[in-house]
Formats: sequence, C-alpha cells, structure tokens
Amino acid sequence: MDPVEYAVEKWVHHDDSGNITPVMEDYHRYILRKWIFIAVCIVAAFLAAGYSLKVGAYDIGYVDTYKTIWEHLTGNIRPGNDDYVIWDMKLPRTITAILAGAGLAAAGVVMQSILRNPLADPYTTGISSGASFGATLALGLGITFGSAGYAVITNAFLFALIPMGVIVTVSKMRGATPSTMIMAGIAIMYIFNALTTMIKLFVDPDKLAAIFEWSVGTLEGTNWNNVGIMFVVVAVGVVALQLLAKKLNVISAGDDSARAIGVDAEKLRLVSLMIVSLLAAGVVSFTGLIGFVGLVCPHIARLIIGSDTRYLMPASMAFGAALLLFADGIGRYVISPSTIQVGVITAIIGAPLFLYLIVRSKKEAA
Amino acid sequence: MEENGPPVVEVKNLCFGYGSGEPVLEDISFTLDKPGMTCIVGPNGVGKSTLIKCINGLLKPTSGSVEVMGKPVSDYKLKELAKVVGYVPVMTGTYNVMTVLDTVLIGRYSHQKWRTRPEDIEIAHRALEAMEIEDLAMRNFNELSAGQHQKVSLARGLVQEPRVMLLDEPTSNLDVRHQLFVSAFLKKLCDATSSNVLMISHDLNLAAKFADNLLVLEKPGRLYGFGPPQELITPEMLRRVYNVECDVIDDHGSPHVILQSVGSELM
Repeated sequence: MDPVEYAVEKWVHHDDSGNITPVMEDYHRYILRKWIFIAVCIVAAFLAAGYSLKVGAYDIGYVDTYKTIWEHLTGNIRPGNDDYVIWDMKLPRTITAILAGAGLAAAGVVMQSILRNPLADPYTTGISSGASFGATLALGLGITFGSAGYAVITNAFLFALIPMGVIVTVSKMRGATPSTMIMAGIAIMYIFNALTTMIKLFVDPDKLAAIFEWSVGTLEGTNWNNVGIMFVVVAVGVVALQLLAKKLNVISAGDDSARAIGVDAEKLRLVSLMIVSLLAAGVVSFTGLIGFVGLVCPHIARLIIGSDTRYLMPASMAFGAALLLFADGIGRYVISPSTIQVGVITAIIGAPLFLYLIVRSKKEAA
Repeated sequence: MEENGPPVVEVKNLCFGYGSGEPVLEDISFTLDKPGMTCIVGPNGVGKSTLIKCINGLLKPTSGSVEVMGKPVSDYKLKELAKVVGYVPVMTGTYNVMTVLDTVLIGRYSHQKWRTRPEDIEIAHRALEAMEIEDLAMRNFNELSAGQHQKVSLARGLVQEPRVMLLDEPTSNLDVRHQLFVSAFLKKLCDATSSNVLMISHDLNLAAKFADNLLVLEKPGRLYGFGPPQELITPEMLRRVYNVECDVIDDHGSPHVILQSVGSELM
C-alpha cells in the first residue's frame, strides 16, 4: 500500500485497536513517575517539618514531636511544657515555612509560564522590591498604612502590588510581549531598590539593622494569627492557579497557537498575573525576601517531571516547602544557638543542586 | 458534507493594516465552498501569513469580513472556533520540558476537560503514526530537529479535528521525501474527510501537483487570482508576481515551473 494512503487510512479510519495498549501503558508509567516525585517531595517535607520542629533548644525527639502535635489535634493534650513549646512556639514557624515555600514556588511556576521566561520570579517582576520598599518605609521612616501591629506587613503587601499595576498597564500597550512585561518589572525593581537605598542612607543604625533583618528573609516572629492570614492567601491563590493549570499548558505553545487552540492568552496572562502577585505579596510581606525558592524550585521540578503545569505546580510546591523547612532546620543547627537566615541556606544548598541538574540534563541531551 | 450549506470560508473585501502604516492586504475576496486543498502563494512579505491570521481570528481586519461556516469569525467563542478552524504554525522549542505526546495533546484542549482521557491519547498517538513519528512520542520536544518540530505541529493540528486546517509553510523544513509525503497526505486527507486545507507554500511545483486551487497574492497585498493551478501557473504570472523568468511545462497534467533567471523589473 502507498505510504500516504496508509497514513490517511490510519488517521481517518481509527484502525488502531491493536497497538494502543503499550502506548497507554507507557503513558500511565509516565504519569505515575510524576505522582511518585510529588509523593516523595511531600514525604520529604513531612520529615523536614519534623526536623525543623525538633531542632533547637527544646528537643524532645522526632517521635514525641509528631506525637505531641497529634495529641493536640485530637484534643488530648498532655500536661507539661511539650504542647506549649511545640504547638505555640515552634509550629507557627514550621507552617510559615511550608506556606512560604509552597506559595513562592507556585508563584514561580506560573510567572515563568505566563511570561515565557525562565528567569521570571517575584524578584524579576518587581514584587519583592516593592515589598521591600514598603517595609523600609515603615521600619525606617515610620510611614505606615496599616494598624500598628501589622504596619510592616500591610506596607509590604500594598507596595508589592504596585509592580503588578505597572506591568498590567504596560501589557495593554500596543505590541507588548511577555518580554516587555518582564522588562517593565525589572525597571520597577531598580526604581524601588534605589528608593530603598536612599532611605537606608538617612536612617539611624538601629533602624538600618531592622531593615536589613527584614530584607534577608526570616521565619522568626510568626504567630498563629499571621499563619492564619497567610494560609488563606496561599490556599486561595494556589487553588485558583491549579484550576488554570490546563490553560497555562496551552499558552506555553505561544500566544497565536493558544488562541487557535481555544485559549485567550492575553486574558489568561492578566488573570494569572493578578493571582500570582497577590500570592507572592502575601508571602513576602510576612517573611521578608526569601529568594531562590520561587526561581529555582520550579526549574528543578521541571527538569525531573517536565512542564505539565497540572503536575509541575504541586511538585514544585512540595519541593519548595521541603527545601525551605530543611534550610531553616540547618540554619538553626550549624551555629546554634544563633541562626543563619533561611534565605541564605536555601541558596547555599539549592544552587549547587540546581547546577548539578542543569549539567546532567545537558549531558543527557548531548 | 452538506453541499448546500454555507461556504466553509468566505472572505469579502478584506483589508488589513498594522497600526497607522501602509495597508498589508487590500480588498481580498474569495470563497472556499467545496472541500479541497488550497495553496496560498506569493512573494515574501506580501501578506500570506497575515491573511491566514485574519481567517482564524488572530488579527481583526480593518474592513471587510471573514465568515467561517456562515458565521463571522469574530462571533465565535475561541473554544468553538478551535473545533472548526485548526492552525499549524511554525513551532520551535522553548525552555519548557514537554514530551512530543504532551505537545500534541495540547491540540485536544477544546475537546477535553481538566483531565486527559484515554481517547485523547489514542487520537494523539494516531496523529503521530500518521506523521510517521510515533517512535518520538515520549521524547522531549526540544531535542527534535526543525523538520520533526514541523511534523509535531502538523499532528497537533490534526488532533484538533477541524473542518478547515490553516498551515503556515508546513513543509519548509522538510526533506524532499517528507515534503512530498506531507503535501500528498494533506490532499488525500481533504478528499477522505471532505475537509479543507488552506496552506502557505513557497514550492510552486508541489502546490501545482497537489492543490485543487491556488490563491496568488501579489504586491502590495492584492489578490492576483484564485483558481486551479493549470490556469494560474504561467510564465506571465511568475513574471508579474515574483519577477522571475521561467518556462512552464506539462507534468502529467500539472504545470511544472522551470526557473530560468531573475527578472529585470524593479519591484
């Protein structure tokens, strides 16, 4: 038979019942691998959470740590200090790490996807610099927009949303591309950074120290109230983004292709950008600037399980949470009783891992 | 297919210009009322891709109208239009890590919900088989050659199962065997499924051999002619439209162009 006729026959007359089974098996194995990676990351996050709860001055061991939490949850709190130390003093920090790691990683996945740029993250879109400027205003000059207890957080949150406003405005211009949007974000980043530096030049050393401490990113000083607010922001943001995951896959094909396949890329980009900005601003305003997680966790997960956003998002989130918990544990362990800020540790352990994966994937491709 | 229904594609007095500059397309009118393969030919920069983008609603005409199945393109919801009009662009790799199968499955978007169903995988696999690249299904799309990208793009267009498929130079990166294969496949596909293919082509001889109709554009963005290749492919057309001198001989009933020299007229 003529190969062209054979091909048309194959396509038109659905004559494929014979050899589809192995294809399905391949495909299911391929999907299973993604689920396994997600599961491994979740287990790692769970173990890292235990480690982060255990490490420090009041160490009651792995098993007792989990047991104390379980007993609190089931309402059968034992007398003694264990419950107070674990539940009230240590757990908020651990949950903050989970929410921050997961939230920043999800934000990174979506930013990289909608802006079609591997370097997109809360930094390159200006969100972190906006937050930093807001916090500096509050800490350095006492200019605040929120109630006293939440002054720094409210300032950081509000200013973190400004870059989004600018990017959205720029994107409405004629001929704006995802690259234009990211360049606008970088421009905003420089403006805010310059303004922040200017304030820092004129404040006294105590305030400067407070600003510095905020800017390196920390999980310290959180409480259940903060955790509650952060949880709502992260949960709503992540669920909304996960619902858009399939559309986000389609725009990876390019705007024209996406439209022709049935997705309005421009609209999706705007909606996602707003969700992601709220999500990232919600995290950053509580923790300060924790770099690296939003940029690199999505890449590491992508190298292992591929770019399908439906799986990439949960995988990056679990990986981000595990990495941040682990980094926080290490940061408190190495120079105990002092602490190395979590952002520093994530970069120190994450960056070599990232380099290794890049080199390995290039070798495999060659 | 319904013989008396509305024409599949009807373009009336279409004009298009980017911004305030010179118009790119001027007063283009033609109708695709019968299933078959139509090739858009014409010199570089004459507006072939722009015309295709006006037909699938990516660009809005400055004036004139485009109707698909009797309904203005602008009245379609994107997802509905995607089931009727397929689009095969020139695809290149990105930093995204996607398997070939996943890339093709994206074309099923308008047919499916959040989950990927077994029948979608079956259809995607069949499209890959039709393009003779089923062995690449689990490979990373970025690792493929330009020619293989082109076949993946075609497979993605196929799984949209559209009534009309628009293709932007689908054979530009293919070797001679695959140019012939893809052109013949698209022609036979039109006949077997009573559908339409509207593709941009630079290879006049392939177009003459397989297309039912040619749509010839000349500078500046005007329609030179719309009709069977036998009528349109002549030394006069090539002189006026492309500014080349050539002979046209008969090849089993199709015109065949033998290029001779570059024309002397300024274009």
